[in-house]
Amino acid sequence: MSNVPRTALPGCSRSANDQMAKGLGYFSIALGLSEVIAAGAISRAAGLNGLHGLVRGYGGREIANGLAILTSHDPTTWVWGRVAGDVTDIATVAAGAEKMTKPRTLLALAMLAGVTALDVVCATRLAAEKGSRNSARTDYYDRSGFPKGLQAARGAARSFEAPRDFRTPDALRPHGQQQESREAAATTTPAASI
Amino acid sequence: MRALVWHGTTDIRCDTVPDPRIEDDRDAIIKVTSCAICGSDLHLFDHFMPGMKKGDIMGHETMGEVVEVGSAAKSKLKIGDRIVVPFTIICGECEQCRRGNFSVCERTNRNKKLADTVFGHTTAGLFGYTHLTGGYPGGQAEYLRVPFADATHIKVPDGVPDEKLLFLSDIFPTGWQAAVQCDIEPSDTVAIWGCGPVGQMAIRSAILLGAKQVIAIDRLPERLSMAQAGGATTINFEEESTVKRLNDLTDGKGPQKCIDAVGLEAHATSTVDAMYDRAKQAMMLETDRPHVLREMIYVCRPAGTLSIPGVYGGLLDKIPFGALMNKGLTVRTGQTHVNRWTDDLLHRVLDDQIDPSFVITHKVALDQGPEMYKAFRDKQDGCIKVMLKP
Repeated sequence: MSNVPRTALPGCSRSANDQMAKGLGYFSIALGLSEVIAAGAISRAAGLNGLHGLVRGYGGREIANGLAILTSHDPTTWVWGRVAGDVTDIATVAAGAEKMTKPRTLLALAMLAGVTALDVVCATRLAAEKGSRNSARTDYYDRSGFPKGLQAARGAARSFEAPRDFRTPDALRPHGQQQESREAAATTTPAASI
Repeated sequence: MRALVWHGTTDIRCDTVPDPRIEDDRDAIIKVTSCAICGSDLHLFDHFMPGMKKGDIMGHETMGEVVEVGSAAKSKLKIGDRIVVPFTIICGECEQCRRGNFSVCERTNRNKKLADTVFGHTTAGLFGYTHLTGGYPGGQAEYLRVPFADATHIKVPDGVPDEKLLFLSDIFPTGWQAAVQCDIEPSDTVAIWGCGPVGQMAIRSAILLGAKQVIAIDRLPERLSMAQAGGATTINFEEESTVKRLNDLTDGKGPQKCIDAVGLEAHATSTVDAMYDRAKQAMMLETDRPHVLREMIYVCRPAGTLSIPGVYGGLLDKIPFGALMNKGLTVRTGQTHVNRWTDDLLHRVLDDQIDPSFVITHKVALDQGPEMYKAFRDKQDGCIKVMLKP
């Protein structure tokens, strides 16, 4: 038995990073719903007074991103999408806040930085899982599959007659082989049988 | 019994499920001695193929020992027989089976109406491969019910290791049929896209059938090294232009025969059409990524042949049909008519003309199967083919 590469959790077809991405997907949807439903309260809490519409739009983005993470077979791209969204959020809070030193603004920025860090960790680890091929065996030069050697194998089945329904039409055969092919076809029967 | 069960996208688990039992006179039950994960199982793992349900048992590359036989199958099978199970379930009696077109058997898909609606006409039932092809439980399990067992089996002799015989179930005849569809001439160059298990078998088949030159295209060093060992000239498409190199190797004329052993999940490259496919697929506007098909049509020599064993699932976009038509290319495709080839291929294995076990890179216990789905999908640890031992 070979050693199993352990990027997946034991007995599971997903890794810890896949599970983390799923968690971020659910978080994204929950956050997005909150932003859509309570846009006013959230914009005030983040120091973005009067930007309800923008917050609601960002909520829509979070929901779409979360759904994409949860339904995709490979969430890496979508987790990077979350990182891009985080950067947008941070820029919006920084630019839209009335006063950067207000405690609620600082708190909002700190929370966004924390989530961004989590997203970056998840995305880079997911990418590394597929990219980490350092331990991969890269040499199968000893596996010809021909017990008698490659030279003996070349053309060893040349006498195999393709069934009539698998043959190249005469008109498309190399010049000079068309007559030969017609003669052969006249003397053979279809190979299809049980 | 224990079996690998589909629970959703990228979620395969080794569960305890009820043992199979005889449901029809033509059934048999086998105790599975070996099974494998196929590249096409990854399309189910990633949920690119519709029609899977939570609880479906995976697997269509299976062999084992007959432990129970229905009354109508007793003339062909007996308890203790050692059989390989072809992935296509066949009745052996319908018009298509009589013609040898086993993969489009008219009777074995028990969800015929659904297949008629989706494909126009039904195809054969398949083991562990969506409800579109019958919803039959698959063979990545300790036991398997084989429907229509009197026809759906390949008897194999004792004393030959499972490793040499298991792939008669699918990838060996699939690679062989891909090459036979090319009707290879001694002067032919055969180009094969994809050096996964089917691509590797197609390379060996093209060599055996006497192609002048076999060219294999992939991006993974371990797969290219295995292709080279089998007699192919290799192209790493991440390091050089596939089209330019193919033309260089064929005096600017292109290969006469092209084989697509990639299918619907072509690796996204930096080409415009690959990025286009990725974007459309992400927006659910396209089901498949047919980059290889486009490239084959473009580079194939006029009046050449395209052989397509790679699995496609649904709707494909931007296929250069104008080039296909004007160049007069012949297209041959389809699921494999396994039993049409296996008598001949079994003899070639027994004669030591080929040993298909060369492709196995990982052999693990059944309960480690879920982990290997991810390792195989992500091509970790040099993984090319996984054999499972229940």
